[in-house]
Amino acid sequence: MNELHALFGGILFLLAVGLYGLLAGRHLIKLVIAMQITIKAAVLALVVAGLMSDRLNVAQSLGLTVIVVDTVAAVVALALAVQVKRLTGTLDVGRLARLRH
Amino acid sequence: MLAYVLLLLGAVFCAVQAMRTRLLPAALWLAGCSALVAVVLYLIGAAELAVIELSVGAGLVTIVLVFAVSMAEDEPLPRSLLPRPLAIALVVGAVGALGWIVLPDLTAVTPQVALVDSFVDQVWGFRRLDLLVQIAIVFAGVLGILGLLGEVEEPVESPDEQVEPEGVG
Repeated sequence: MNELHALFGGILFLLAVGLYGLLAGRHLIKLVIAMQITIKAAVLALVVAGLMSDRLNVAQSLGLTVIVVDTVAAVVALALAVQVKRLTGTLDVGRLARLRH
Repeated sequence: MLAYVLLLLGAVFCAVQAMRTRLLPAALWLAGCSALVAVVLYLIGAAELAVIELSVGAGLVTIVLVFAVSMAEDEPLPRSLLPRPLAIALVVGAVGALGWIVLPDLTAVTPQVALVDSFVDQVWGFRRLDLLVQIAIVFAGVLGILGLLGEVEEPVESPDEQVEPEGVG
């Protein structure tokens, strides 16, 4: 086992935690947190791929793009969650899905 | 290698705790996870990205999360939609398949022609258009938030609807 195996193992575990949160989560803000964890795993994977192919600066610039877009998405999603809470009184995705009936 | 293992174990532990606890502690656990990922990025050699991850992930996102939790008011976390064994099986299957494909072939590949560009050259030179799009996305996000969270102005009364004061005439 070398450093790359350790790094990829960590990436896979982080990805697993984020994916589980997205699959099993019902609270809107918890879904945003799960998305953040998943994106951290993706950024780490990008940088490790850049390290492996000796293009670390390209990977860093791609990672910068991912972080910026992910942050904007998270902030807008949280603003939406605040409005949903104000209008409906809940952030439970299951209850919100029944509102359309 | 021990440093990577310990830091990544810490990041995974923080991520697990962020999913298990209530909202406000979850925001703090997420900040811890971001900080540990930033240290890993720095040790890999991606120092610029580590600083950005630390300031944005552990700083800005945590502040926004705490703000959102304070405005949304914490409520009891509902139980999961999917049965937990099914969710775990799906995640283990997907991540296991990814690991099975990637891990055996994990060796550093050095290309024959290595481009020596700095991070600054990459961002401001080769990916300038991408940078402009990111700035546009940030502004779009700010406008979206202002539209979502802006206060609704009460309608102004027209002069015809104004009530005359008592005692006149």
